[in-house]
Amino acid sequence: MKKFKDIDTNKFLLAITIVMFFVMYIAGMIIFNKQGFAKPQVFLNLFVNNAGLIVIATSMTMVMIIGGIDISVGSLVAMDCMILGDLMMNKNWGAWASMLFVLFIGIIYGSVQGFLISYLNIQPFIITLAGMFFGRGMTAVISTQMISITNETFSAIAQKKITIPLFGTMNKHGKMMYPFIYPSVIIALVILVVMFVVLKYTKFGRSIYAIGGNEQSAMLMGLNVKKTKFFVYVLDGFLASIGGILFCMNTMAGFVEQAKGFEMDAIAGAVIGGTLLTGGVGNVFGSLFGCMIRGTIESFISFQGTLSSWWVRITIALLLTFFIVLQSIFQKVKAKN
Amino acid sequence: MKRKALAIFMCTAMAAGIMTGCGSSSSAPSEAPAASEAPAASEAASTEAAASEAASTEAAGSEAASTEAAAESESAADEVAKNDGDVLNIGFAQVGAESDWRTACTDSVKSAFSAENGYNLIFNDAQQKQENQIKAIRDFISQDVDYIILDPVTETGWDQPLQEAADAGIPVIVVDRMVDVSDSSLYTAWIGSDFELEGKKACAYLKAYLEAKGYTDAVNIVDIQGTIGASAQIGRTAAFDAAAEENGWNVVSQQTGEFTQAKGQEVMESILKQSDDVNVVYCENDNEAFGARDAIEAAGKKVGTDIANGDILIMSFDATNAGLTDTLDGSILVNTECNPLYGPVLTQYVQKLKAGETLDHDSYIAESQFSADDTVTSVNVDGTDYPVTLLTQDVLDARAY
Repeated sequence: MKKFKDIDTNKFLLAITIVMFFVMYIAGMIIFNKQGFAKPQVFLNLFVNNAGLIVIATSMTMVMIIGGIDISVGSLVAMDCMILGDLMMNKNWGAWASMLFVLFIGIIYGSVQGFLISYLNIQPFIITLAGMFFGRGMTAVISTQMISITNETFSAIAQKKITIPLFGTMNKHGKMMYPFIYPSVIIALVILVVMFVVLKYTKFGRSIYAIGGNEQSAMLMGLNVKKTKFFVYVLDGFLASIGGILFCMNTMAGFVEQAKGFEMDAIAGAVIGGTLLTGGVGNVFGSLFGCMIRGTIESFISFQGTLSSWWVRITIALLLTFFIVLQSIFQKVKAKN
Repeated sequence: MKRKALAIFMCTAMAAGIMTGCGSSSSAPSEAPAASEAPAASEAASTEAAASEAASTEAAGSEAASTEAAAESESAADEVAKNDGDVLNIGFAQVGAESDWRTACTDSVKSAFSAENGYNLIFNDAQQKQENQIKAIRDFISQDVDYIILDPVTETGWDQPLQEAADAGIPVIVVDRMVDVSDSSLYTAWIGSDFELEGKKACAYLKAYLEAKGYTDAVNIVDIQGTIGASAQIGRTAAFDAAAEENGWNVVSQQTGEFTQAKGQEVMESILKQSDDVNVVYCENDNEAFGARDAIEAAGKKVGTDIANGDILIMSFDATNAGLTDTLDGSILVNTECNPLYGPVLTQYVQKLKAGETLDHDSYIAESQFSADDTVTSVNVDGTDYPVTLLTQDVLDARAY
């Protein structure tokens, strides 16, 4: 048992996630080879479809590392999309102004939630539950209609195909298909890398790990726990709004029913990626792989073609259980040592 | 020490790899064929038979007996892929399974595009989420399907995925709900219900019925509307408003019942409290009609067609099985259909496209009207006669949903 001490729990959980992703993906390439699962585009679609989710999961990882949770993000995303639609289509705002406004809303949202959680010491679950209801309600108040976003600048950014002039294949309709991504993918990946650096190499980031690991000792070490927590939620609100904009670039519409359960997808992604719900442990790249595992399962189901798409949920449930059990085993082992 | 730790790490990682390998094959897609082992194998067998490859049929048969789930799914996938040449691959992105109507629509499409008919239908249930449907479209494009059928969750936000389909040269047929795109050439054709015509037919029926019965007193009519903003509500209400004005019907009240039985009942109860001379109720779907019926009976009034003697007449839409059952026993006088059976017309569309013909860009699916009363046999709307189907138990039993 002594040997376990030398193994970094963190890295081990992350390694399992990454290995699992590649095993699943390669299995998919073998099973669905004839249907074209091995095409680079299928891989890129994992990012194209989930750009918003990746950013939200990154932000969720940070919140979970500090020992909190934020279940308001799904509603905030819906509200962001609705505000974008309303401002651009009904109020004739420009695309950039609307996006800045949405980011501002995200910061306000995060500040209020962060203040209540850190300075008034209220359970993050309850506060963000309130935030979840508020966001969804406000979305419906702005409009219960679907708003289709046709703003030229916004469409141009969202739909700018960045083609990779390699691995082109001729499809049977006689079109040359090159793999492509949208700008949203690049934005998501940049944020992922920035957040990785922030969490790993800045004072702020290391404080987050310290507080999540043990709040008491972090306080004794002289860290400003309340302030750090507050800023984590502010940053979380800001990132959630970026996620909302990226989500909107994919759906190009504002609608009250949008992004329902998005927060749970983000939490699932983070947990599968090795983030502990108890705090102190987590890695944004793990969450990326968590989201990609989910995306791969979705692709499996849709390539298979006859299965009910609810199998995605069932599979995710099994994976979550698997990872939670694994985590608790590790913690037991750690405690023994 | 470090090397030992590394060795243990590697071992556990490999063990985990094996475990997860099994995990993924048992929990991910391969489980499907495992669960529905028999159908998958029989499907493979039948398509093989169509291609008259007796040898592979035998192989498929013997493999069906094997219990290896992973091998099973692989072979099933291969069998389908082998026939790529003669089988048309159709991607069908469906809204979900939120109502009987939707399920009837799904079943109709599934049975029309069956393997026996020479199709490989790739079905995707979006669980009422547009983002899932966008993913499904992208997956269809990656699979290089021949045609995509889209029953959109929302009307908005389709420019990007439809543009991707257009770039891949894959025709998209939109059914049921419209898509709101900047360029309507992004989809090949749309087919759906003409809700306004449904409303007009219902109103024309009421007019003809009252004339035939020689009823000339005031028609005090209530409109229990659908969910405001839904295209079914917009079309049916518009037809109602026009007909009420044209025929001089007295509109007692016009409120939304949100397409639900509970809300329909609540609305009808409050209307009956305020006025006791209501004699016709125009419900914009079957569920609202059930609610209205209950409210009328609870208020001590009679549901029926003899409105000269205090009965209250109910009209309804959708013609679901439950709705038609009520139509058969006479509590709903006339039920105008909203046809979910898109399968046959879609196969025609696909065959036409395959033959290189062009389709009508926007068209309506044929819909009928049902009544158990034979007073009115056809209605005339804008110069066209539409027959009214006399509802009997046999007609009801023969319907697919």
